[in-house]
Amino acid sequence: MAQVRQAADARAAAQSRVRLELLTELIRKDLKVKYKNSALGFVWSLANPLLYLAVFTLVFSFFLQGNVPWFAVLFMSGYLIWSFFNSASLDATGAVVGNANLVRKVRFPRVVLPLASVGFAGVHLALQLLVFFLFLVPFYPDAFGPQLWLVAPALAVAVVFTVAMSLLASSLNVRYRDVQHLLEITLLAWFWLTPIVYPVTVVRDKLAGAGLLWMFKFYMANPMTSVVVAAQRAIYVHPVVTGNDGDLVQVLPAGGYGFYLQWLAVAAAISAGLLVVGLWTFRRLQADFAEEL
Amino acid sequence: MASPTIVAAGVGKRFLLHHKRATSLKERLLLHRQSSSEAFWALRDVDLQIGAGQTVGLIGPNGSGKSTLLKVLSGILAPTTGTVSVRGRIASLLELGAGFNGELTGRENIYLNAAILGLSRRETERYFDEIVAFAELEPFIDNQVKHYSSGQYVRLGFAVAVHVSPDILLVDEVLAVGDESFQRKCLNKIGEFQQRGCTILFVTHALDLIPRICSRGVVLDHGRVLHDGDPVEAAERLRSLLGTGADQSGGGAGPAAERPRVTAVRLFDPASGAEKGHFRGGEAMAVEFDVASPAGSAPVAVRLAVTGPADVPMWVMDSDPLHPGPDGLATVRFTVKELPQLKGIYAFAVAVRDPASNVTYDARRFSEAFLAVGDTGTGVLEVVWTTEQVENQVER
Ligand SMILES: Nc1ncnc2c1ncn2[C@@H]1O[C@H](COP(=O)(O)OP(=O)(O)OP(=O)(O)O)[C@@H](O)[C@H]1O
Ligand SMILES: [Mg+2]
Repeated sequence: MAQVRQAADARAAAQSRVRLELLTELIRKDLKVKYKNSALGFVWSLANPLLYLAVFTLVFSFFLQGNVPWFAVLFMSGYLIWSFFNSASLDATGAVVGNANLVRKVRFPRVVLPLASVGFAGVHLALQLLVFFLFLVPFYPDAFGPQLWLVAPALAVAVVFTVAMSLLASSLNVRYRDVQHLLEITLLAWFWLTPIVYPVTVVRDKLAGAGLLWMFKFYMANPMTSVVVAAQRAIYVHPVVTGNDGDLVQVLPAGGYGFYLQWLAVAAAISAGLLVVGLWTFRRLQADFAEEL
Repeated sequence: MASPTIVAAGVGKRFLLHHKRATSLKERLLLHRQSSSEAFWALRDVDLQIGAGQTVGLIGPNGSGKSTLLKVLSGILAPTTGTVSVRGRIASLLELGAGFNGELTGRENIYLNAAILGLSRRETERYFDEIVAFAELEPFIDNQVKHYSSGQYVRLGFAVAVHVSPDILLVDEVLAVGDESFQRKCLNKIGEFQQRGCTILFVTHALDLIPRICSRGVVLDHGRVLHDGDPVEAAERLRSLLGTGADQSGGGAGPAAERPRVTAVRLFDPASGAEKGHFRGGEAMAVEFDVASPAGSAPVAVRLAVTGPADVPMWVMDSDPLHPGPDGLATVRFTVKELPQLKGIYAFAVAVRDPASNVTYDARRFSEAFLAVGDTGTGVLEVVWTTEQVENQVER
């Protein structure tokens, strides 16, 4: 009798726990729905980074004549992670609302919905990174050095931060439907505040030039900046390079990994705090999801 | 009773009906308007203990809170007051559809749905063929679900729900869409579940199903439990609540009835006084009802609606206020001079009402009251009838 009860309790728990199996099934669903009737669509979204690489290499080496060699590699190192953050949190914003049919009719842990959005973007990130690395093998072999491990903590922090944002955005959007628009605008500004299309040293030098170096701390406090800069250090490798004009250019903060790890730690702390807030908000609001939809 | 699998204690559910509520952050920040809201209690003080293996029929008028209760029990809505505890895997089929994604095929939806219900992919693979066979959807399983008919949709939902080996099955009015063969199949499956000790909570408006498959009936009205117990009584209780009356029970609770009620009906030929059940068009027809009122109650009036196939009212007759005799009994007679040209089986829906306020005290239905054999009448019926109170003829 007790055994029977335990089994029943286990089955009840399986329905309210976040299970990997459920998460993968939801991600699979999103992939299927998104790329239904277009196998090419999937290939396109993988080819996306290659396309960007080609365009940026072209633009920066012929038209804009920037001073940073292999700028496209620097750009992609940050951009891929940014686009993971960007699409995951935007996608998550609509995750609960978009699955109203499920939320209103089935008992399951609602939190898997934003998590699946993050997973969905994660699948893309993984494949795009793979394509990117395949590109790096022949064209930029410097990337495969001992510094590459820095990618791991950068990605880990990015994932925690993205999950936190996704939880917040997805639950708030049920109640206030303009969260979606607000987030879109915020992300656009955020993108330019993050050193993706310009090296972080430019900001530091400009601020130092104006006697405002203390403000650089605030600039770095943006978790996405720490993540992007660490990824750039890991993949672009060289803090100081010989510029296209023959002079030395400082692209990234030099001197060991201290700078990067220190700021990643700050970003990790901020992300963890935001995750707590996100989980709390989601939990508080989820009781009303089925009613609000 | 085995250990309860569902325990609801003092469950209440309040919905807030918002007027002018901020639905965007912009509104919320710019306008500091105090949003006004009205509370609506869809459930009130619901106490239920459902033991393992019970099959409970949940019935009630539209809007009485049945679907809300199922949602609260299945954890989709959070109760405002009280607690719900549930033991085991719940499969719920709420209001048409188990949450399928229209863009996906039937096959993909089975995997997704089963995962949501707590199954692993391997378990789903094991059940897959059985599910498809049960739903009889083999040719369509790779079509997108948005192209399914509503019956096919429900078939698939039911098939998944019953194959994930749930401990608790919550079903909300979904069987009505299936065709007869599928309904029979579902009922068989439910029977199988009952033997296996699965707890079933079943919402339906098909009241005749309740005594057939349920061991217990719960009647909800305005969010409260009105009756919890015998399923036959539950169905009767609801019928009288809905004014669709009970079929003739004949049993006369005597004059001591708490509320005025109809105790007997007689149908006869007014000329000869002979009881009769067949009438031809053009013939005269008389109906008498005995009404028992509690001592000292005010006069009541009787309204008789003659209803045809599919319960369409054909015509309605109202009596004058009746004055009960010293024993609390009154008899009213409706006489139809010439029955219109009708064909078929007709029923009576009788209501005992307060003539002043029109409050209905008792309502019952006498199905198959008489058989009319005539040319099929068409058009609006013109019926000439009279009504009078007659001396008590209870002994007849
Ligand atoms: N999300 C909601 N917000 C506000 N009111 C609601 C909500 N859901 C249900 N209600 C109200 O709660 C009451 C009970 O609804 P419910 O769907 O439980 O009725 P029901 O008994 O299932 O009726 P039916 O027989 O028509 O299916 C209704 O008055 C309905 O308007
Ligand atoms: Mg309902």
